[in-house]
Amino acid sequence: MNRRDFNKAAAAVGAAAAFSPLNVRAQAQKLKVGVLLPRSGFQGLIGQSCQKGADLAPGVIKQLLGVDIELMNADTETNIDTARTRAERLIQEGANVLVGPFDSGAASAIAQVAEQRGVPFVINIAAAPPITEQGYKFVFRNFPTAIDLTVNGLSLIGDLFRATNVAPRTAVFMHVNDTFGQAMNKGISATLPRLTQLPFRIVDTISYDPAAKDLTVEVSKAKAANADFLLLVCRLNDAIILRREMVKQRWFPMGVVSPGSPGMYEEQFSKALGPIANYCISNAPWYNPKTNMTKVVKAAFAKANPKEAFVFHGTNVVYTFESILVAADAFKRAKSTDPKALADAIRQTNITDRTVLGGPLKFNAKGQVEGNLSACTQNLNGEPRVVLPVDAAEAKPVFPVPDYKKA
Amino acid sequence: MPLDLVINVTIAGVLTGMVYGLMALGLSVIFGVVRVVNFAHGEMMTIAMYAAVAMYSAWHVDPFLAAIPVAAAFFALGYLLQAGLINPFITRPEHSQFMLMVAVATIMVNGMLMAFGPDARNVQISYQLDSWEIGGILLDKPRIYAAAMALATSAALFAFFRYSLTGKAIRACADNNLGALVVGLNVRHLYALTFGLGSACVAVAGCMMILFLDVTPSLGPGYTLLAFIIVIVGGLGSMTGALLGGVLIGLSEALAGLFIQPSAKSMFGFALLILVLLFRPQGLLGRKP
Repeated sequence: MNRRDFNKAAAAVGAAAAFSPLNVRAQAQKLKVGVLLPRSGFQGLIGQSCQKGADLAPGVIKQLLGVDIELMNADTETNIDTARTRAERLIQEGANVLVGPFDSGAASAIAQVAEQRGVPFVINIAAAPPITEQGYKFVFRNFPTAIDLTVNGLSLIGDLFRATNVAPRTAVFMHVNDTFGQAMNKGISATLPRLTQLPFRIVDTISYDPAAKDLTVEVSKAKAANADFLLLVCRLNDAIILRREMVKQRWFPMGVVSPGSPGMYEEQFSKALGPIANYCISNAPWYNPKTNMTKVVKAAFAKANPKEAFVFHGTNVVYTFESILVAADAFKRAKSTDPKALADAIRQTNITDRTVLGGPLKFNAKGQVEGNLSACTQNLNGEPRVVLPVDAAEAKPVFPVPDYKKA
Repeated sequence: MPLDLVINVTIAGVLTGMVYGLMALGLSVIFGVVRVVNFAHGEMMTIAMYAAVAMYSAWHVDPFLAAIPVAAAFFALGYLLQAGLINPFITRPEHSQFMLMVAVATIMVNGMLMAFGPDARNVQISYQLDSWEIGGILLDKPRIYAAAMALATSAALFAFFRYSLTGKAIRACADNNLGALVVGLNVRHLYALTFGLGSACVAVAGCMMILFLDVTPSLGPGYTLLAFIIVIVGGLGSMTGALLGGVLIGLSEALAGLFIQPSAKSMFGFALLILVLLFRPQGLLGRKP
């Protein structure tokens, strides 16, 4: 074959490929989902937990919707710049939709990429409100904003005090100083004065680095505030260091309550701390153990991870699963991987059989889901148990914590 | 602000700084003699922390006891690393040495990821959460023990360099390399011994750190950077400078966190570094070149 023959053959193959019905996006048989998660770095443990939800999604969704999904996994390394470049790369490699990334900073960066490239991006977990306030057309979030989290979390604190007949007067507020922590701080500052039914006021606010290796100073300052309880917005590793430091410094407030952050309900928290992890309270977005969809997901999780307890991964798994479900459901209705058709279909989402606590999964005009709820969970015997709301409760809340000094 | 709060934070800063100092001591010793900057320093400490965790998990060996075999193993590892890998680079340009040590560090981080995964690991010893209370002042037991170990190790190292023949020979190499060669000292062997001693120091520091810090493979680079700040503040090559630098960094971070903003405390270590570089570039106890 000479050069001319080769060029002719290549042109013929190219033309055939370009006009082949199999290659037309509108008739694609498979949805390529780019999954961006922090599987390494200081959020690595939570990223891997979310990944379990992504890994089981193709099998469950094929069974439920008959849709084929191909996952394209990328590690953001708990780094915003890496998240941005990995998103670019996934799009270049043919991802039809992006999902992830369990971090507000990374979500903001990926959202810019998704919007510029016109590829739908369904956020699994990230709470900073500005992400869905930018007028983006391709960005959707199936997770409460920091304001929703705050309102849900603070309301549950009120419910907790009513359920236990306790009325603490003061709280010291400690929060991580990343995008999520700052957003929660703003949310709490704005919301708390309006929730007049809550009996306490914040006497001191202390922000800290979530990657800090030592929180001696922070805990010393918080202890000096002499507050009734600790209101904490944390991540995982810092929560472990902080809890340990509290015991070392013999600081025994009435309890530690998170109004809506990860960390204290994670397996590693209980594993690393043993008995002193008990009684910590997290008002966090949670799964509804009673729905059919949760039962299906839980069974798939148990099959794929026979040695892992679902309770420690529940929130990360169901929110990641649901974000892929949103994409798959839209793909099924749009019958296309065309980004605009997919985005339009996502906008019309109405999923009623859900895994998470809350109403039907619908997005508002800004791409933000509304009505996702939180549960009040308390670590009891090494596991987080739902203690409120009452209709989903697995145990009764304990506050103030008993034998706290002996813990 | 309550006085006991200020005293508690000051003590915690000094104690943490002493362990930082021990960690940086190894880096300072190696640079002072071999003139190679060990960019894998934090990673070596991380490996030592994993070794302490492994010994505790397997045989319930207290990290204080584990420090002895781990330091011995690290001495051997450091000796072999210098003799087999770094000695050929001694006469090469500094950027070659830099790339070599960065490569070693990268291999170590990825090796740890493969061996241990990204999960945080720790030891749960009986006294881990204990403290002594003296008139409102809290003294954290593991930190006190670790600081005492740091002082003991530093004292042993000072004594070795000051009173032993081998230590004097190493100092001779550091002071006048050519002169050491002329009088017949086996400089390459002494370099390897020095790297071994520096590695043993960092191993002890790692075993102490695991008492109050969970270990992950990604921990190393941050501590390499911290060790650099400490030795530059204290004076590159100065052993007392490394200890002083550690205490100053620990103390400045603690007090800045208390009086200014906890989330910005690490910034003050860098501020101290800039001040030292501006007004005393050789470091607080370093000698002018």
